[in-house]
Amino acid sequence: MVKSVTNLSRSGLSDWLWQRVSAVIIAAYAVFIVGVLLANPDMDYASWQALFQTTWVQIFSFLAVLAIVGHAWIGLWTVATDYMKPLAVRFIFLAILGVTLFTYLIVAGRAIWGA
Amino acid sequence: MTALTVSIYRYNPETDKKPYMQDIEVDVPEGKDLMVLDVLHLAKEKDPALTYRRSCREGVCGSDGMNISGKNGLACITPLSEAKKGNKLVLRPLPGLPVVRDLVVDMSLFYKQYEKIKPYLQNDTPAPAIERLQSPEDRAKLDGLYECILCACCSTSCPSFWWNPDKFVGPAGLLQAWRFLADSRDTATAERLADLDDPFSVFRCRGIMNCVNVCPKGLNPTRAIGHIRSMLLTQSA
Ligand code: SF4
Repeated sequence: MVKSVTNLSRSGLSDWLWQRVSAVIIAAYAVFIVGVLLANPDMDYASWQALFQTTWVQIFSFLAVLAIVGHAWIGLWTVATDYMKPLAVRFIFLAILGVTLFTYLIVAGRAIWGA
Repeated sequence: MTALTVSIYRYNPETDKKPYMQDIEVDVPEGKDLMVLDVLHLAKEKDPALTYRRSCREGVCGSDGMNISGKNGLACITPLSEAKKGNKLVLRPLPGLPVVRDLVVDMSLFYKQYEKIKPYLQNDTPAPAIERLQSPEDRAKLDGLYECILCACCSTSCPSFWWNPDKFVGPAGLLQAWRFLADSRDTATAERLADLDDPFSVFRCRGIMNCVNVCPKGLNPTRAIGHIRSMLLTQSA
């Protein structure tokens, strides 16, 4: 059993599963957004806003953001533990990554539910 | 006789500051296909200091694993006709492990990972009078697993093992981990799985499949790793 404090869930299996589930969520959301844009070529600001007033679109959007944050952390944590051997370098990289992803989450939450 | 250039990785830590490639010209008899190991013997006649491991010379002992013209394999069962590029043969030690001298690498990390998966049968039920029997179907589950000769060709061709040889068990170790998980006579399944459920031991495998590509015994560590993953999933779902 290899110990590690910085990965998402402490368990390789959970990380692995979440990486796959989040990929499906992100893909579904991408298909959804592209589909909406293709189906409404003359979409204006009002109808775009109306779309994002719908509760399920808000939930779906936030879920997609959560999926991106988790997916990015797991993926880049893996890359960092592969290629960044000096501990200091890796911790600084992971700290910047963590702050960035957290910021995404807050900004996305505000965009979806309005500040 | 045809002339062949063998380019060999040379390094003697006692005298060389750093490794270098040495070209040795050898005369290869025509009309028959030599194995790469035979070519190494010819090269050693030219330079007796050349160092490599070999023992059974028929692909059973796993001693002469090396990087042959860019691909890991056993020198004794790799035909020259397949291995040479043009009129040149390039021989390097297995990648990713410390070089002891020339083509000889220090396999400690590889064995340590093997040791970690407890490569022996564990069974805490009272031993029967004769032996623990297995149905032919259960025995068949070990085919494609027990044949591994621990040559390290697979693990040393795996980038995930290169970057984390101290944490990632590697294809060879994981093939054996599955060999004991799949064994109907082994009762330590839960403990074995618990030891593997961290982000490195199994999950550092990214499905590159270099292991499958190089295994001289035609084994499939990637498939075994997939089995371990599904077992972890079903046992904890
Ligand atoms: S799985 Fe194949 S390549 Fe890997 S150590 Fe065993 S025999 Fe060698």
